[in-house]
Amino acid sequence: MDKRKLVEATQLRSDLPEFKPGDTVNVHVRVVEGGKERIQQFQGVVISRRGSGLNETFTVRKVSDGVGVERIFPVHSPRLAKIERVKEGKVRRAKLYYLRNLASKAVTQKTSA
Amino acid sequence: MSGILGKKIGMTSLFDESGEAIPCTIIEAGPCYVTQVKTADRDGYDAVQLGFDEVKETRINKPLRGHLARAGVKALRLIREFRDFNGAELKPGAEVRVDVFQQGDVVDVTGRSKGRGFQGVVKRHHFGGVGMTTHGQSDRVRAPGSISASSYPSRVFKGTRMGGRMGHSRVTVKNLKVVKVISESNLLIVKGSVPGAINSYVEVVKQR
Repeated sequence: MDKRKLVEATQLRSDLPEFKPGDTVNVHVRVVEGGKERIQQFQGVVISRRGSGLNETFTVRKVSDGVGVERIFPVHSPRLAKIERVKEGKVRRAKLYYLRNLASKAVTQKTSA
Repeated sequence: MSGILGKKIGMTSLFDESGEAIPCTIIEAGPCYVTQVKTADRDGYDAVQLGFDEVKETRINKPLRGHLARAGVKALRLIREFRDFNGAELKPGAEVRVDVFQQGDVVDVTGRSKGRGFQGVVKRHHFGGVGMTTHGQSDRVRAPGSISASSYPSRVFKGTRMGGRMGHSRVTVKNLKVVKVISESNLLIVKGSVPGAINSYVEVVKQR
Protein backbone atom coordinates (compact mmCIF):
# COMPACT_ATOMS: atom_id res chain seq x y z
CA MET A 1 0.00 0.00 0.00
CA ASP A 2 2.92 2.37 -0.37
CA LYS A 3 1.29 4.24 -3.23
CA ARG A 4 -1.58 5.17 -0.99
CA LYS A 5 0.86 6.42 1.60
CA LEU A 6 2.56 8.45 -1.10
CA VAL A 7 -0.69 10.20 -1.92
CA GLU A 8 -1.57 10.77 1.71
CA ALA A 9 1.89 12.08 2.51
CA THR A 10 1.16 15.18 0.46
CA GLN A 11 -1.39 16.31 3.04
CA LEU A 12 0.01 14.99 6.30
CA ARG A 13 0.73 17.68 8.87
CA SER A 14 3.97 17.76 10.78
CA ASP A 15 3.33 20.95 12.72
CA LEU A 16 1.12 19.37 15.35
CA PRO A 17 2.32 18.40 18.81
CA GLU A 18 2.36 14.85 20.03
CA PHE A 19 -0.62 13.96 22.19
CA LYS A 20 -2.21 10.79 23.41
CA PRO A 21 -5.38 9.60 25.10
CA GLY A 22 -5.69 11.02 28.59
CA ASP A 23 -4.10 14.33 27.67
CA THR A 24 -6.07 17.52 28.01
CA VAL A 25 -5.87 19.50 24.79
CA ASN A 26 -7.13 22.80 23.52
CA VAL A 27 -8.12 22.48 19.87
CA HIS A 28 -8.29 25.65 17.79
CA VAL A 29 -10.76 25.10 14.98
CA ARG A 30 -11.18 27.40 12.00
CA VAL A 31 -14.86 28.10 11.54
CA VAL A 32 -16.17 29.84 8.43
CA GLU A 33 -19.39 31.71 9.05
CA GLY A 34 -20.92 33.94 6.41
CA GLY A 35 -17.67 34.24 4.53
CA LYS A 36 -15.78 35.24 7.65
CA GLU A 37 -13.30 33.01 9.36
CA ARG A 38 -12.78 32.84 13.09
CA ILE A 39 -11.13 30.49 15.54
CA GLN A 40 -13.20 28.39 17.90
CA GLN A 41 -11.58 26.65 20.84
CA PHE A 42 -12.55 23.32 22.22
CA GLN A 43 -10.81 22.12 25.34
CA GLY A 44 -11.19 18.68 26.81
CA VAL A 45 -9.73 15.25 27.41
CA VAL A 46 -8.62 13.11 24.49
CA ILE A 47 -10.48 9.85 24.94
CA SER A 48 -9.45 8.03 21.78
CA ARG A 49 -7.24 8.12 18.75
CA ARG A 50 -8.07 5.86 15.86
CA GLY A 51 -7.18 5.24 12.23
CA SER A 52 -3.89 5.73 10.50
CA GLY A 53 -2.29 8.00 7.96
CA LEU A 54 -4.46 10.81 6.72
CA ASN A 55 -7.59 9.18 8.07
CA GLU A 56 -6.53 9.30 11.70
CA THR A 57 -9.02 10.96 14.05
CA PHE A 58 -9.16 11.78 17.73
CA THR A 59 -12.06 12.33 20.09
CA VAL A 60 -12.09 15.14 22.63
CA ARG A 61 -14.57 15.08 25.50
CA LYS A 62 -15.55 17.87 27.80
CA VAL A 63 -18.43 18.56 30.13
CA SER A 64 -20.17 21.79 29.27
CA ASP A 65 -22.90 23.06 31.61
CA GLY A 66 -23.30 19.58 32.98
CA VAL A 67 -23.74 18.08 29.52
CA GLY A 68 -21.04 15.85 28.09
CA VAL A 69 -19.84 17.03 24.67
CA GLU A 70 -17.59 15.01 22.40
CA ARG A 71 -16.07 16.16 19.15
CA ILE A 72 -14.19 14.03 16.69
CA PHE A 73 -11.47 15.75 14.67
CA PRO A 74 -9.33 14.42 11.83
CA VAL A 75 -5.76 14.79 13.06
CA HIS A 76 -4.49 16.14 9.76
CA SER A 77 -7.43 18.37 8.94
CA PRO A 78 -6.44 21.78 7.58
CA ARG A 79 -9.31 23.21 9.61
CA LEU A 80 -7.36 22.68 12.80
CA ALA A 81 -5.44 25.89 13.36
CA LYS A 82 -3.59 24.66 16.38
CA ILE A 83 -3.61 21.93 19.01
CA GLU A 84 -2.34 22.87 22.46
CA ARG A 85 -1.44 20.18 24.89
CA VAL A 86 -2.69 21.72 28.11
CA LYS A 87 -1.98 18.84 30.44
CA GLU A 88 -0.35 15.49 30.02
CA GLY A 89 -2.44 12.65 31.33
CA LYS A 90 -1.46 9.36 32.79
CA VAL A 91 -3.82 6.58 31.85
CA ARG A 92 -3.56 2.85 31.40
CA ARG A 93 -5.92 2.43 28.48
CA ALA A 94 -5.89 3.50 24.83
CA LYS A 95 -9.61 4.18 24.70
CA LEU A 96 -11.06 6.07 27.63
CA TYR A 97 -14.75 5.51 26.92
CA TYR A 98 -15.31 4.70 30.58
CA LEU A 99 -14.86 8.39 31.39
CA ARG A 100 -18.36 8.93 30.02
CA ASN A 101 -19.76 7.20 33.07
CA LEU A 102 -17.71 9.06 35.61
CA ALA A 103 -18.31 12.30 37.48
CA SER A 104 -16.00 15.14 36.50
CA LYS A 105 -13.99 14.85 39.68
CA ALA A 106 -13.31 11.21 38.98
CA VAL A 107 -12.20 12.12 35.44
CA THR A 108 -9.55 14.40 36.84
CA GLN A 109 -8.39 11.69 39.18
CA LYS A 110 -8.27 9.06 36.49
CA THR A 111 -6.28 11.12 34.03
CA SER A 112 -3.76 12.74 36.32
CA ALA A 113 -0.42 11.32 37.23
CA MET B 1 -12.47 11.86 -26.00
CA SER B 2 -9.31 10.74 -24.37
CA GLY B 3 -8.66 7.81 -22.12
CA ILE B 4 -6.15 5.72 -20.32
CA LEU B 5 -5.83 2.29 -18.75
CA GLY B 6 -5.00 1.83 -15.13
CA LYS B 7 -5.02 -0.26 -12.04
CA LYS B 8 -7.08 0.39 -8.93
CA ILE B 9 -4.77 1.00 -5.98
CA GLY B 10 -7.31 1.64 -3.24
CA MET B 11 -9.34 4.25 -1.49
CA THR B 12 -8.54 6.95 1.00
CA SER B 13 -9.78 10.41 1.80
CA LEU B 14 -8.16 13.73 1.05
CA PHE B 15 -8.91 17.23 2.21
CA ASP B 16 -10.07 19.79 -0.35
CA GLU B 17 -9.36 23.53 -0.25
CA SER B 18 -12.15 24.17 2.25
CA GLY B 19 -10.86 21.46 4.56
CA GLU B 20 -13.64 19.04 3.76
CA ALA B 21 -12.57 15.39 3.66
CA ILE B 22 -13.58 13.83 0.37
CA PRO B 23 -13.58 10.10 -0.41
CA CYS B 24 -11.09 9.29 -3.15
CA THR B 25 -9.96 6.35 -5.23
CA ILE B 26 -6.35 6.13 -6.27
CA ILE B 27 -5.74 4.74 -9.74
CA GLU B 28 -2.32 3.95 -11.12
CA ALA B 29 -2.96 5.15 -14.67
CA GLY B 30 -0.50 4.41 -17.39
CA PRO B 31 1.97 4.78 -18.85
CA CYS B 32 0.08 3.27 -21.77
CA TYR B 33 1.46 2.64 -25.23
CA VAL B 34 -0.38 2.93 -28.52
CA THR B 35 -0.36 -0.53 -30.02
CA GLN B 36 -2.49 0.14 -33.07
CA VAL B 37 -4.29 3.03 -34.73
CA LYS B 38 -7.47 2.16 -36.59
CA THR B 39 -8.82 4.47 -39.25
CA ALA B 40 -12.20 4.77 -40.93
CA ASP B 41 -10.81 4.00 -44.41
CA ARG B 42 -8.97 0.88 -43.44
CA ASP B 43 -10.90 -0.53 -40.49
CA GLY B 44 -14.31 1.11 -40.87
CA TYR B 45 -14.00 3.23 -37.74
CA ASP B 46 -11.56 5.44 -35.91
CA ALA B 47 -9.99 4.06 -32.77
CA VAL B 48 -6.79 3.87 -30.84
CA GLN B 49 -5.65 0.68 -29.21
CA LEU B 50 -3.76 1.11 -25.98
CA GLY B 51 -1.69 -1.36 -24.01
CA PHE B 52 -0.89 -1.25 -20.31
CA ASP B 53 1.01 -3.11 -17.63
CA GLU B 54 4.46 -4.26 -18.65
CA VAL B 55 5.14 -7.95 -18.10
CA LYS B 56 7.86 -10.43 -18.93
CA GLU B 57 7.82 -11.31 -22.59
CA THR B 58 7.21 -14.99 -21.81
CA ARG B 59 3.95 -14.12 -20.06
CA ILE B 60 2.12 -13.22 -23.25
CA ASN B 61 1.36 -15.46 -26.19
CA LYS B 62 3.15 -15.39 -29.51
CA PRO B 63 0.43 -13.73 -31.64
CA LEU B 64 0.21 -10.87 -29.14
CA ARG B 65 3.98 -10.64 -28.99
CA GLY B 66 4.02 -10.22 -32.76
CA HIS B 67 1.28 -7.61 -32.64
CA LEU B 68 3.15 -5.60 -30.05
CA ALA B 69 6.46 -5.98 -31.85
CA ARG B 70 4.86 -4.38 -34.88
CA ALA B 71 4.02 -1.33 -32.81
CA GLY B 72 7.49 -1.46 -31.32
CA VAL B 73 6.42 -1.63 -27.69
CA LYS B 74 7.35 -3.91 -24.80
CA ALA B 75 5.28 -6.86 -23.64
CA LEU B 76 2.00 -5.57 -22.20
CA ARG B 77 -0.67 -7.52 -20.44
CA LEU B 78 -3.79 -5.47 -21.08
CA ILE B 79 -4.93 -4.28 -24.50
CA ARG B 80 -8.02 -2.11 -24.92
CA GLU B 81 -9.45 -0.04 -27.72
CA PHE B 82 -10.80 3.49 -27.41
CA ARG B 83 -13.13 4.78 -30.10
CA ASP B 84 -12.76 8.29 -31.54
CA PHE B 85 -9.69 9.07 -29.51
CA ASN B 86 -8.68 12.66 -29.84
CA GLY B 87 -5.12 12.90 -30.83
CA ALA B 88 -5.75 10.24 -33.45
CA GLU B 89 -2.53 11.52 -34.92
CA LEU B 90 -0.86 9.27 -32.35
CA LYS B 91 1.52 6.78 -33.91
CA PRO B 92 1.90 3.17 -32.80
CA GLY B 93 4.47 3.07 -30.04
CA ALA B 94 3.52 6.48 -28.68
CA GLU B 95 3.18 6.86 -24.96
CA VAL B 96 -0.04 8.01 -23.25
CA ARG B 97 0.52 9.30 -19.77
CA VAL B 98 -1.77 10.35 -16.98
CA ASP B 99 -1.25 14.03 -17.86
CA VAL B 100 -4.03 13.73 -20.44
CA PHE B 101 -6.21 14.47 -17.42
CA GLN B 102 -6.24 17.58 -15.29
CA GLN B 103 -7.55 18.40 -11.89
CA GLY B 104 -11.25 19.19 -12.18
CA ASP B 105 -11.89 17.01 -15.24
CA VAL B 106 -14.95 14.79 -15.24
CA VAL B 107 -14.24 11.19 -16.17
CA ASP B 108 -16.02 7.86 -16.55
CA VAL B 109 -14.36 4.82 -15.04
CA THR B 110 -15.06 1.29 -16.25
CA GLY B 111 -14.01 -1.84 -14.45
CA ARG B 112 -15.01 -5.37 -13.66
CA SER B 113 -17.03 -5.44 -10.48
CA LYS B 114 -16.25 -7.80 -7.64
CA GLY B 115 -17.84 -11.24 -8.08
CA ARG B 116 -20.47 -11.97 -5.43
CA GLY B 117 -21.25 -15.57 -6.34
CA PHE B 118 -24.80 -16.93 -6.30
CA GLN B 119 -26.99 -14.42 -4.51
CA GLY B 120 -30.67 -14.31 -3.70
CA VAL B 121 -33.11 -11.69 -4.94
CA VAL B 122 -32.84 -9.48 -1.86
CA LYS B 123 -29.17 -8.77 -2.41
CA ARG B 124 -29.17 -9.11 -6.19
CA HIS B 125 -32.27 -7.11 -7.12
CA HIS B 126 -33.06 -5.28 -3.90
CA PHE B 127 -36.30 -7.16 -3.35
CA GLY B 128 -37.92 -6.61 0.01
CA GLY B 129 -38.59 -10.24 0.82
CA VAL B 130 -42.05 -11.54 1.65
CA GLY B 131 -44.08 -10.68 4.70
CA MET B 132 -43.07 -10.93 8.28
CA THR B 133 -41.16 -13.30 10.47
CA THR B 134 -44.12 -14.09 12.69
CA HIS B 135 -47.76 -15.14 12.14
CA GLY B 136 -46.91 -18.69 11.24
CA GLN B 137 -44.33 -18.09 8.56
CA SER B 138 -40.74 -18.79 9.30
CA ASP B 139 -39.00 -19.10 5.96
CA ARG B 140 -40.26 -16.27 3.70
CA VAL B 141 -38.17 -13.35 4.87
CA ARG B 142 -35.80 -13.31 1.88
CA ALA B 143 -38.11 -15.06 -0.60
CA PRO B 144 -38.83 -13.64 -4.08
CA GLY B 145 -42.64 -14.04 -3.88
CA SER B 146 -44.67 -15.02 -6.90
CA ILE B 147 -42.74 -15.19 -10.16
CA SER B 148 -45.79 -15.44 -12.42
CA ALA B 149 -49.49 -16.36 -12.62
CA SER B 150 -51.19 -19.69 -13.20
CA SER B 151 -53.71 -20.07 -16.05
CA TYR B 152 -52.43 -17.05 -17.89
CA PRO B 153 -49.59 -16.84 -18.84
CA SER B 154 -48.80 -20.27 -17.35
CA ARG B 155 -45.13 -19.61 -17.77
CA VAL B 156 -42.40 -17.45 -16.36
CA PHE B 157 -41.55 -14.44 -18.45
CA LYS B 158 -38.05 -14.20 -19.78
CA GLY B 159 -35.90 -11.83 -17.82
CA THR B 160 -37.86 -12.25 -14.59
CA ARG B 161 -35.56 -11.22 -11.80
CA MET B 162 -34.46 -14.14 -9.71
CA GLY B 163 -31.47 -15.29 -7.72
CA GLY B 164 -28.26 -16.07 -9.56
CA ARG B 165 -24.68 -15.13 -10.19
CA MET B 166 -24.00 -11.57 -9.19
CA GLY B 167 -21.12 -9.22 -9.86
CA HIS B 168 -18.08 -9.81 -12.04
CA SER B 169 -19.66 -7.74 -14.76
CA ARG B 170 -18.46 -4.73 -16.66
CA VAL B 171 -19.58 -1.64 -14.76
CA THR B 172 -19.11 2.01 -15.64
CA VAL B 173 -19.29 4.78 -13.10
CA LYS B 174 -19.93 8.09 -14.80
CA ASN B 175 -19.00 11.65 -13.95
CA LEU B 176 -16.27 11.21 -11.40
CA LYS B 177 -14.29 14.32 -10.69
CA VAL B 178 -10.52 14.24 -10.94
CA VAL B 179 -9.23 15.40 -7.57
CA LYS B 180 -5.55 15.25 -8.32
CA VAL B 181 -3.05 14.09 -10.91
CA ILE B 182 0.43 13.08 -9.82
CA SER B 183 2.24 12.59 -13.08
CA GLU B 184 5.66 11.67 -11.64
CA SER B 185 4.23 8.52 -10.10
CA ASN B 186 1.46 8.02 -12.69
CA LEU B 187 -1.31 8.39 -10.17
CA LEU B 188 -4.82 9.61 -10.83
CA ILE B 189 -7.10 10.39 -7.93
CA VAL B 190 -10.83 10.59 -8.50
CA LYS B 191 -13.64 11.43 -6.13
CA GLY B 192 -15.82 8.50 -5.18
CA SER B 193 -15.61 4.79 -5.68
CA VAL B 194 -14.66 2.78 -8.72
CA PRO B 195 -15.82 -0.73 -9.69
CA GLY B 196 -13.60 -3.71 -9.00
CA ALA B 197 -11.21 -5.05 -6.42
CA ILE B 198 -7.85 -3.60 -5.55
CA ASN B 199 -5.29 -4.32 -8.30
CA SER B 200 -8.02 -4.82 -10.90
CA TYR B 201 -7.79 -3.03 -14.21
CA VAL B 202 -9.89 0.02 -15.01
CA GLU B 203 -10.45 2.15 -18.08
CA VAL B 204 -10.65 5.87 -17.48
CA VAL B 205 -12.30 7.95 -20.18
CA LYS B 206 -12.84 11.65 -20.49
CA GLN B 207 -15.87 12.37 -22.66
CA ARG B 208 -16.09 15.73 -24.25
